[in-house]
Amino acid sequence: MSLLQVKNLVVEFPSRKGTLRALDDVSFDIAPGEILGVVGESGAGKSLTGAAIIGLLEPPGRVGGGQILLEGHRIDNLPYAQMRAIRGRKIGAIFQDPLTSLNPLYSVGRQLIETITTHLPLNAAQARERAIQLLQDTGIPAAEQRIDHYPHQFSGGMRQRVVIALALAAEPKLIVADEPTTALDVSIQAQIITLLKSICKQRGAAVMLITHDMGVIAETCDRVAVMYAGRVAEIGPVHDVINRPSHPYTEGLMACIPDMSQDRENLHQIDGAMPRLNSIPQGCAFNPRCTKTITKCGNQRPNLMTAGNSQAACWLNETGGAA
Amino acid sequence: MSDATGPLVRATDLAKTFDVSAPWLNRVIERKPKMLLKAVNGVSFDIERGTTLALVGESGCGKSTVARLLVGLYEPTRGGFEFDGVDAHAAFKTPEGRKLRRRVQMVFQDPYASLNPRWTVGDIIAEPLREHEILNDESDIEKRVAELLQSVGLSALDRIKFPHQFSGGQRQRISIARALATQPEFLVCDEPTSALDVSVQAQVLNIMKDLQRKHGLTYLFISHNLAVVRHMSDQVGVMYLGGLVEIADKHTLFDTPRHPYTRMLLDAIPKLHDTGRARTAVAGEVPNPLEPPSGCAFHPRCPNANARCISEKPEMRSVAGVRVACHGVEEGRI
Repeated sequence: MSLLQVKNLVVEFPSRKGTLRALDDVSFDIAPGEILGVVGESGAGKSLTGAAIIGLLEPPGRVGGGQILLEGHRIDNLPYAQMRAIRGRKIGAIFQDPLTSLNPLYSVGRQLIETITTHLPLNAAQARERAIQLLQDTGIPAAEQRIDHYPHQFSGGMRQRVVIALALAAEPKLIVADEPTTALDVSIQAQIITLLKSICKQRGAAVMLITHDMGVIAETCDRVAVMYAGRVAEIGPVHDVINRPSHPYTEGLMACIPDMSQDRENLHQIDGAMPRLNSIPQGCAFNPRCTKTITKCGNQRPNLMTAGNSQAACWLNETGGAA
Repeated sequence: MSDATGPLVRATDLAKTFDVSAPWLNRVIERKPKMLLKAVNGVSFDIERGTTLALVGESGCGKSTVARLLVGLYEPTRGGFEFDGVDAHAAFKTPEGRKLRRRVQMVFQDPYASLNPRWTVGDIIAEPLREHEILNDESDIEKRVAELLQSVGLSALDRIKFPHQFSGGQRQRISIARALATQPEFLVCDEPTSALDVSVQAQVLNIMKDLQRKHGLTYLFISHNLAVVRHMSDQVGVMYLGGLVEIADKHTLFDTPRHPYTRMLLDAIPKLHDTGRARTAVAGEVPNPLEPPSGCAFHPRCPNANARCISEKPEMRSVAGVRVACHGVEEGRI
C-alpha cells in the first residue's frame, strides 16, 4: 500500500478578484522507502504541493478539494493539534535555506532535543544521546562538542546536515525536502544528496524531493513528477522521463539544460513564460508555448494518460503516438 | 583602439585584501590582532578580443571580487589590470576614465535587486546614455532605448513599464540592455543566470551569445554552474580560495582536467542521462579564508597531497599549454 496518496488535490487562494487555483487536480502517490522527485519551473506549484502535505499552507491559501492520505488516513482535514503531532513524527521537512530553518538563539542540540522529547518518550539524557547519534549519522565531526554550538558556527553544508538530523529526529516515514541543496555549492550539494539518499535508505524513509535541478533528480529519485502551472504534466520512472519524455514540456525542459558532452551554438529554448494564475490558458495550459499543438489542445484540458512506462497529460499520447 | 593585436584585458597579479578587524577600541582592550581577508590573492589572466573567459569555483573563492575589480568598483590592493593596453585603475581616477568606463560594463546576478523599482525601464536603460552624455536629444534617446530593448528580445513599448511588471528572465534582459547602452567592448557578467529557471536561463544565454557574435563583445563570465560555463566560454579559469589553480582552453579543461580540484569539481556534476549513479562527492569544505592553510590552499581536501604541498605554495606553471598551480602535476605525480 502507498505511504502517501494525494488524490485530486486542489489548493486555492481567495482574492478580491475571485479565487485563484494554484494547484488543480494533482494526484500522485509515494510508496514506502521511495524517492519521488518533483520538478518544474518557479511557480509550477512544487513547493505548494509540499506545503499542503505538511499542512503548512500559508493563509489565505487553503485546500479546496481532494484528499491527502498518509498510511490510508486523511490528513488534509485534521485539526491543528493533531496535525502538529504528525508533523515531525510521521512527516519530516527539510527546507531550502538551512540558516532560516534553524533558530539562531538556541544551540543545535537544544533544538534537536526539543524535537526528540516532543515526539518520543525519552528523558533528557537519552534525548541528548540520541541527538549526538543523529549528528554523527549525518556526518558532523566531533558531534559531542558540536551539539552545543549555535547555527552561525556551522557552515552552510554543515547546517543542512543539522536540518536533516532534525527532520530525522523522530524517525518519520516520509520526508518532504523542498530544494534542500539549492543554496549550496555543487561540491557540497553532492555530499548532501549522497547523505540524504543513504540515510533515508537505511531508515526506510520515503522522500518527496522538490527541486528545479534535473541533475539532482536524475541521480537521486526513483520516480519523478514534472509540474506545470499547478498540474502534473508527466509522472513516471526517472529513467523513462529523462530519456524518453512523453510531454513536450518535459522534452523542452530537458533540452534547455546545457550539455556537458557536446558543443552547441545555441541552447534549445522554450519561448514565453509560465502563465500567471489568473490567466491560465484554456485547454492544455502549455499550449501557447508548445510546438506540437493539435486543435484539441486549445480547448480541451488533457488528463494524465498512459505513455510508455509513464503517464503524461498530453493529447499526443491519446492515440498511442509518441510526443 | 590603441593596440588591436594584444589581449583586450590583461590582469597581472591582481589582489584585493579586506580589513575585517574588530573596531579599534576592541583591538586595544581585548588585544585582538588586525584581521585581513585576502579575497583575491594574485590572479593573472588575459582575455582576447571577442572571446569569453569564465571563472568558476565554490562560494567565497573570490570570483565576484575579481569581477568588481575589473569594472573598477574595488581598488586593487596589489597588481592591476590593463584594458586595451592602458592601466585601467590609474585611468579610472582621471577625467578620461569616464571614457574607459563606457567600454566596460557589468551585468549583476540578481535581476530583482539591480533595477531601481521606482524607475521605468526606459529611464533605467537611458541612464547610462544620459550619464555619459552619449546622446543628448530626447528623441534620439528614445530611439536608442527602443533598439536596445528589441536587441534583447523585448518590445519597444516595454519602456514605459516598471521592473515589477517583468519576470526574472525579462528583468535580466533589461540589465543586459542597460549594460549594452554605452556600446561597451567588455562585459563582466557575475552569475547572470543563477537566479533563473533552466528554460529562462537558456533564453538569456542564447541572447548573450547572439549579442557576442553580432557586436564582437568580450565577456568575463562568472558562474558556479560548470555546464553553463562549458556552453558559454572559450577559456576557463578555476579559482580556489582567492587564487587561480588552473586556466585552460575549455575543451582541454573539460576533457583533461589537471588540477585535483578541477577534477573534483567536474566529478561533482550530476550526470543527467546516467540515472541513479552516485556522484563522487568532494570531501571536506572550503577552509576559512581568514586562516588559509599553509602551502597549497587545497591540500587539506586533496587526495594527492604530500609534505611539499603542505609547506610550499605552488606557483602557476605552464604544462602542455595549460597553466596550473599544483606540485603534483609539475612533478608528474598526478
